[in-house]
Amino acid sequence: MSSYAQKRGFLATLWDYLTTVDHKKIAVLYLVAGGFFFVLGGIEAILIRVQLAVPNNDFLSADMFNQVMTMHGTTMIFFAAMPLLFALMNAVLPLQIGARDVAFPFVNALGFWMFFFGGIFLNLSWFLGGAPDAGWTSYASLSLASEGKRIDFYTLGIQISGFGTLMAGINFLVTIINMRTTGMTFMRMPMFTWTTFVASALILFAFPPLTISIFFLIFDRLFGSQFFNVEMGGNTIIWEHLFWIFGHPEVYILVLPAFGIFSEVISIFSRKRLFGYASMVFATVLIGFLGFMVWAHHMFTTGLGPIANAIFAVATMAIAVPTGIKIFNWLLTMWGGSIKLTTPMLYALGFIPSFVIGGVTGIMNAASMADYQYHDTYFVVGHFHYTILGGVVFAILAGLHLYWPKMFGTMLNETLGKITFWLFFIGFHLTFFVQHFLGLMGMPRRTYTFLEGQGLETGNMVSSIGAAFMAVGAIVLVINIIITSVKNQKVGNDPWEDGRTLEWSVSSPPPHYNFKQLPLVRGIDAYWIEKMEGRKEMTPAEPLGDIHMPNSSFIPFMISFGLFVAAFGAMYRPDYSWGLPVLVGGLVITFGSMLIRSLKDDHGHYIKKEELMDDSDKGVQA
Amino acid sequence: MKRFTSWRLFLLSALVTFLLSGCGEPYVSALKPAGEVAQKQYELILLSTAIMILVILVVTVLFVIVLIRFRRKDDRIPEQVEGNTKLEIIWTVIPIILLLILAIPTVKGTFALADMSGTDKEGAVVVNVRASLYWWEFEYPNEGIVTSQELVLPTDERIYFHVTASDVKHSFWIPALGGKLDTNPDNVNSFWLEIDSEAAEEAGNLFYGKCAELCGPSHALMDFKVRAVSREEYERWVEGMKAVTEPKEPETALAKKGQEVFNEKGCISCHAVTAANTAPAEARIGPNLTDFGERAFVAGILENNREEIKRWLRNPEKVKPANKMTGTYEPLTEEELEALAEYLMSLKVTE
Amino acid sequence: MQIQEKLSFETWPAAPEKETLEGQNKVLGFWLFLGGETVLFATLFATYLALKDSVPGPGHALAKDLFSMPLVFLMTMLLLTSSLTSVYAIYHMKNFNAKKMKFWFVVTVLLGLGFLACEIYEFNHYVRDFNHTFSSSAFGSAFYTLVGFHGAHVIFGLGWITGLVVRNWRRELSLYTAPKFYLASLYWHFIDVVWVFIFSVVYLMGMVG
Repeated sequence: MSSYAQKRGFLATLWDYLTTVDHKKIAVLYLVAGGFFFVLGGIEAILIRVQLAVPNNDFLSADMFNQVMTMHGTTMIFFAAMPLLFALMNAVLPLQIGARDVAFPFVNALGFWMFFFGGIFLNLSWFLGGAPDAGWTSYASLSLASEGKRIDFYTLGIQISGFGTLMAGINFLVTIINMRTTGMTFMRMPMFTWTTFVASALILFAFPPLTISIFFLIFDRLFGSQFFNVEMGGNTIIWEHLFWIFGHPEVYILVLPAFGIFSEVISIFSRKRLFGYASMVFATVLIGFLGFMVWAHHMFTTGLGPIANAIFAVATMAIAVPTGIKIFNWLLTMWGGSIKLTTPMLYALGFIPSFVIGGVTGIMNAASMADYQYHDTYFVVGHFHYTILGGVVFAILAGLHLYWPKMFGTMLNETLGKITFWLFFIGFHLTFFVQHFLGLMGMPRRTYTFLEGQGLETGNMVSSIGAAFMAVGAIVLVINIIITSVKNQKVGNDPWEDGRTLEWSVSSPPPHYNFKQLPLVRGIDAYWIEKMEGRKEMTPAEPLGDIHMPNSSFIPFMISFGLFVAAFGAMYRPDYSWGLPVLVGGLVITFGSMLIRSLKDDHGHYIKKEELMDDSDKGVQA
Repeated sequence: MKRFTSWRLFLLSALVTFLLSGCGEPYVSALKPAGEVAQKQYELILLSTAIMILVILVVTVLFVIVLIRFRRKDDRIPEQVEGNTKLEIIWTVIPIILLLILAIPTVKGTFALADMSGTDKEGAVVVNVRASLYWWEFEYPNEGIVTSQELVLPTDERIYFHVTASDVKHSFWIPALGGKLDTNPDNVNSFWLEIDSEAAEEAGNLFYGKCAELCGPSHALMDFKVRAVSREEYERWVEGMKAVTEPKEPETALAKKGQEVFNEKGCISCHAVTAANTAPAEARIGPNLTDFGERAFVAGILENNREEIKRWLRNPEKVKPANKMTGTYEPLTEEELEALAEYLMSLKVTE
Repeated sequence: MQIQEKLSFETWPAAPEKETLEGQNKVLGFWLFLGGETVLFATLFATYLALKDSVPGPGHALAKDLFSMPLVFLMTMLLLTSSLTSVYAIYHMKNFNAKKMKFWFVVTVLLGLGFLACEIYEFNHYVRDFNHTFSSSAFGSAFYTLVGFHGAHVIFGLGWITGLVVRNWRRELSLYTAPKFYLASLYWHFIDVVWVFIFSVVYLMGMVG
């Protein structure tokens, strides 16, 4: 532990993070990068609401609005929500199942750097001729018609980060299947682990269609193929299908981990085990499964015909059943409990009514005939913000407050946390509730302005005011983080005092090998069981011995950097002669780095038993 | 039990109707349905909203009770309940029943709205809609005429639409008349709509239509209008359109000058001023202007008067960013603008 | 068993690729990866079927004009045989016989190269004699993307196996290298399975019409 206590130079720390394969540090990387993109996406959201506050506004030009709106959606989904969830998964998941790291620490780092370079690549578009402007769905005919390099930034950026996401998904799956500690059976896993497991499986099967459809778009735009070019026999509806075969599971990739976080929060702060654990697991798996059968409800107006529309309408409605099971299980977990209103719990409590509204409007959307009216209007914008913001972002914020002490060893300020919550909660409902009505009153989505005399003025004004509340809330959160980090008051293993699962049994933050001895799990909520029996620590499942740990590596950074370079080459190849060499050069960096990784023996290193015993003398356990 | 539920549903739908009424303007709001399709959809919206408010109420009641009764008062450890099979079955079965109530009208309605069996009937009004960056063309194949930007439709009968796009994807939507249908460049989609004459009267006989699929910078401004008229009036309009086989000779001197400008500046190469649909669709590059003088709006969004026409022609880019007309003609002098406006306003078919 | 331990024929375990936790993780992770790859190819197949023979007008080559049985049959045989030889290689890996393993992997690579040569000839033939290119029609794009993706997998697999064989040319087997060989052969089998589908869906169905 001694090396961690030492104050080190900035460059040494930077190098440490550039080469780390430790899941806890990768979590911090995901948090910082995801947080940065979240702020970017938030600023874009504010710009949208300023533009739409009054009719005929010229704050943003039509062209600029389309860029801002596209980047808001793309950034929030791919580069804010997912990485922030990955941050929490990385920080907590190995601890929850009693593992010393993920199954593939190297791949874990690689996944992060792919996401990072993809996000940077996409955002560089702002400085290199304009950002993507065809919406986050980038429908084929429009994305082919878009001039310049805008859409190429979208396709190549998402492609690179998509590889990273796929790796992260496989990694979590293997970690959960192979790395659970003694006694941690599948049906004893914490709910967050379960939801991560199902979400990872969804990533594994949902991302390949996205990869392929984006390849088609890259090929069409940069390499002369004709997949979506109707005149040459192409078909634009293929894009819609492939995008939504990815896009709908993506919603569950985001929201299932959110459900997991809320299950933890509600259970902890009600001091009760999760009500109906088995049915919660079942509902999670069922949602994941059904998530693949409903993609065409995004295409009710595409003209698939009444048979397809009716089938997909009914299939979509079916998803409401397992989701309903979850809502009632949470309510019953709190029923008879001892509820403490901490900041994470406030988010969980705010989530339940918000997400119920998002869920029921989802069912309304599923009614295909009525959806002809909702589709592509502000009704849909309202609906999915209720699920993504009221579900996923609330969960991220709840998880952030809950696990901040576990990640950084210090608690976020509760008062400021609650202020953030209320600003966010009020602002959120102000912004999005009225949008349902705006849609039905005739306002299509993705419009850069609206004309006077259509009865849309009041609603849009209210919506914009709500956005301001959320912006202030976000600023309070940033202030909170700064104050907390400066004060840096250290806390113990179980700072919320009601921790139930294994992550609360180790120090905050945990040592880099997590568990000196892997713990023995004797039931659901393993740490709670030990606490109730009067013990302070987990019973070890193995004798104290040498611990095998992976080595740090700079190769993940290089592999991702190579793709970043290659993407520039691919993009400028049709216009400049240097494009092709840069493309090839980038691929050489990537595949060369992979070759080095494959051919160079890397056996990791051991932490000696003596060193571990040394650590306990110095009081690592806090 | 059943009676109790239906009574509650009724009360809820009454409440919802009350809430939703007064939402939006009758010419553009889906909440003010003005035809059979919109009405069906509106009823399904009401039904689903009612069911959903029921769900929200149940959750809210439980939620409030929990929040009031079970706050932490002391340091006691609550009983660790595993679950309750009976309860879990109940909240699985009840949602299924509620969903069935919703699924049946959904499926029925979905098929009803796709019923195109009346298309071939004698005298049926069929419209081929073609969407282009940022304007709409309406071809009446049975009548052999073409118009743009403003649909003229008879009330109280089914109108059959076949929609497609000539560049990128758009979506054809008249909120007050019914839900939308995408216009794909790949294929032709079909559906029908109907206008109720009484509701049309309330809405001033003019409905707003919109593009609902992001198609570029001016997506927000890709509006069109629907003029709802009686069957007789519709036929008179068709006759008037058919009669314009040669460009109409303007009557005033200023309008004559406008026509010269129209021909010399090349307007005519994109904009037809005769109504026949004999030219192939690819050759119909810009909106047809045969009955321009009778339309309520210019470019779908500006009020149709001299000043607005001139504003549009002076710099279309300022009105509709990225439209395809900007830069296709030499700048016009104020005199030419004046003359053109006069000419365009004189293009009428029913007088 | 420790990962760096020196082993002999006697102490070599029955499933050396799964003897260590790292090995188990790799095998499971790779199977999952192949699951994702399956979806990837399924997507390509679906697109190919949707765009098959979708050409802008008459005069463009269709599936029934393009494909010829002898060449495709030869390619299939080459790839199937190479799959078999990689089974031999793994058989010898399990028997702690590094030399024979390497020999059979070299044979696998040679057969794979033969397949690749045929594919290059085939593509060249379509472009030159039929004017059937990546850009000539949506059908062309879908065809070259599907078959080309498979071809790219072949190239990657060949590079992978070659790299492993060269790197371990003078080394005995160990629990560290065993999973690497095992996964490379698994990958090669997967490529083979995909080809069987390409053979049936693209070529056989294409020739039938």
